[in-house]
Amino acid sequence: MSAKERNWWIVAGVVIVLYALFPIAWIVSLSFKAPADIANGQFLPTVFTWANYSQILTGDAAALFLPALRNSFGICLIATFLACILSMFAAYAIARLDFKGKKLILSTALAVAIFPVISIVTPLFNLWRLIGLYDTWPGLIIPYLSLTLPLSIWTMSAFFREIPWEMEQAAQVDGATSWQAFRKVIVPLAAPGVFTTAILAFFLAWNDFVYGISLTSTSAARPVPAALGLFSGASQFEDPTGATAAAAVVVTIPVIILVLIFQRRIVSGLTNGAVKG
Amino acid sequence: MASVEMKNIVKKYGDGFPAVNDVSLDIADGEFMILVGPSGCGKSTLLRMVVGLEDITSGDMIIGGTRVNDKAPRERNLSMVFQNYALYPHLSVFENIAFPLRLAKTPEAEVQEKVRAAADVLELHEHLDRKPANLSGGQRQRVAMGRAIVRDADAFLFDEPLSNLDAKLRGQMRTEIARLQRRLGITTIYVTHDQTEAMTLGDRVCVLRRGVIQQVASPRELYEQPVNLFVAGFIGSPPMNFLPAKLRNGTLATPFGDITLDPKRGADIGDRDLVLVGIRPEAFDDASLVDEAKKPYGSTFRARVDVTEWLGDSQFAYIPYEAPEEVVEQLKELSRELDSEALRTQAVVSIDSTSRIRAGREAEFWLDARKVHVFDPATGENLTRDSDAGAELTRLAEEQRAEEIDEARASGLTVEG
Ligand SMILES: Nc1ncnc2c1ncn2[C@@H]1O[C@H](COP(=O)(O)OP(=O)(O)OP(=O)(O)O)[C@@H](O)[C@H]1O
Ligand SMILES: [Mg+2]
Repeated sequence: MSAKERNWWIVAGVVIVLYALFPIAWIVSLSFKAPADIANGQFLPTVFTWANYSQILTGDAAALFLPALRNSFGICLIATFLACILSMFAAYAIARLDFKGKKLILSTALAVAIFPVISIVTPLFNLWRLIGLYDTWPGLIIPYLSLTLPLSIWTMSAFFREIPWEMEQAAQVDGATSWQAFRKVIVPLAAPGVFTTAILAFFLAWNDFVYGISLTSTSAARPVPAALGLFSGASQFEDPTGATAAAAVVVTIPVIILVLIFQRRIVSGLTNGAVKG
Repeated sequence: MASVEMKNIVKKYGDGFPAVNDVSLDIADGEFMILVGPSGCGKSTLLRMVVGLEDITSGDMIIGGTRVNDKAPRERNLSMVFQNYALYPHLSVFENIAFPLRLAKTPEAEVQEKVRAAADVLELHEHLDRKPANLSGGQRQRVAMGRAIVRDADAFLFDEPLSNLDAKLRGQMRTEIARLQRRLGITTIYVTHDQTEAMTLGDRVCVLRRGVIQQVASPRELYEQPVNLFVAGFIGSPPMNFLPAKLRNGTLATPFGDITLDPKRGADIGDRDLVLVGIRPEAFDDASLVDEAKKPYGSTFRARVDVTEWLGDSQFAYIPYEAPEEVVEQLKELSRELDSEALRTQAVVSIDSTSRIRAGREAEFWLDARKVHVFDPATGENLTRDSDAGAELTRLAEEQRAEEIDEARASGLTVEG
């Protein structure tokens, strides 16, 4: 690559990063603005204030926001955990075993993934009310699994396929049972894949709005995105934009932390050296 | 330690194609057996059936006197070195070697001791804490061997363990494996398609062709008394030359003149219009350099040399000859099957490195008639094979081998002590 070409890549990279980060920067700046500043069209706040944060964390919006934060964390973590465990076994079977209906499972997963959420939410609303799952954690975890499972199965079976078969056969010759070979060799090798999948699944559940707003009615199960939508009614005299922006920043932070923590685990190339290429 | 017996082993894959067909093979306790053959002949399949990674369609696999057909790999107590080593990338070298011991719930002190002992043998000491990804090819290979020798397996299985190494390292590891096997005296089955490995490592070599055993014998017997055209062409490098000939009264009329077979071997063949004469390159020599005393055992002929290759310690000359169409076709077929480069109808001849024979000129060659084999072109059968002489060669090899093992043991190099 010539120097000129490299410069172009750098310029293009900067443009893309700016384009992607600008809305986020705008939201961060909004969250520090006083109500009078909100609509002034300037990027930086004239007065720097923590008022929006104190409003959602300790002020009158806290009753709405804090339970929602707890719900979101709990529900999304459980949904992610279940999705990972289930899809790990499914993906292992798909990658390793030869059985009838393998294609069917994969295409069903794909079909579920592309099925529009909005079209099942109404029947689900009625069904949940009937069987008592409406406005409960399981009432959200189950539909979240329908979002996360297909994706997890697809990504994880791709990861499992990458692991050389011979690893496992070598373990069996060394004296391992199938389960030991899976636990001691396949799982550690698949760990980066599992983490990547977990993060993707978590984001998917974390970002859901439609299920959250439709299948909950109180702070018993209402997740953050739904609560954010309800901020508009929280104050009669003030525009809630500042509070919404502050809440948006707060919910983005766990996502960023997650990525930073697991960034090092999502290193591919862990299997380097297993086999001579 | 244990013997391995295979009785009429057949392996059919899903499509019904027999990858291994009716193989019966006895491998004695402590023997080094080589499985060799062109690509796709079923060597790996056979090995994987021994270790239990592949189901056996029919026949009996008997290890140490017990039938193991229905046993899982871990119940067979064999250790295997895979072609690509299959090291566990998430474990250190130490833990890789210790893996079988850990699975067997060996006490920590014993694990430490055994892994150190294996690392001693393989000179892996300074690498024990490293990850396989950071090792060189040869070191990885040794780690894979360490994992195999660390526990008291009944037999070692190798599937082309050296094919990923460069030529120099391959030579080194080859001697390493030979040394190790003699020290430990453990039954070993070794798959390869490398000539040199097959000839130097094995006590006996089993030549496979399309899933069927052609010949099982010591390397020397395979070389000197091959049973058929396939074995003769497969063993030896450069390969044996095959010349078309007409046989009359024990005399072969070849493109290189008449060769008279000794009466003992020529007698029972009878007259034939077309046979293939197999002559190893080293059965030829520059006629001017041959001892007068030796000359009567062969014949001399004049031919034009196409190319010569001088390699310092040896020299090869290429002599083209005419052959009938059907023979050319058959030789092409054979070379395709042997994975060798397409044979042109030329003989490769080994001459003394001091010989002044030059390319493009006519020269006089001598040919040792005692070392000539005659093959039936239709069936490939060796018509001049002396099975008694062959058996004698294999017996001698066994004796020599027993001595070597005794010596290795006596010099106190055994690992278990
Ligand atoms: N899983 C399989 N399904 C169907 N056929 C197979 C399978 N594995 C191997 N075969 C066939 O069995 C035959 C023997 O294969 P095998 O791997 O034992 O050959 P090989 O002698 O080890 O060759 P190479 O030297 O190339 O490793 C081949 O013809 C191959 O096509
Ligand atoms: Mg093979």
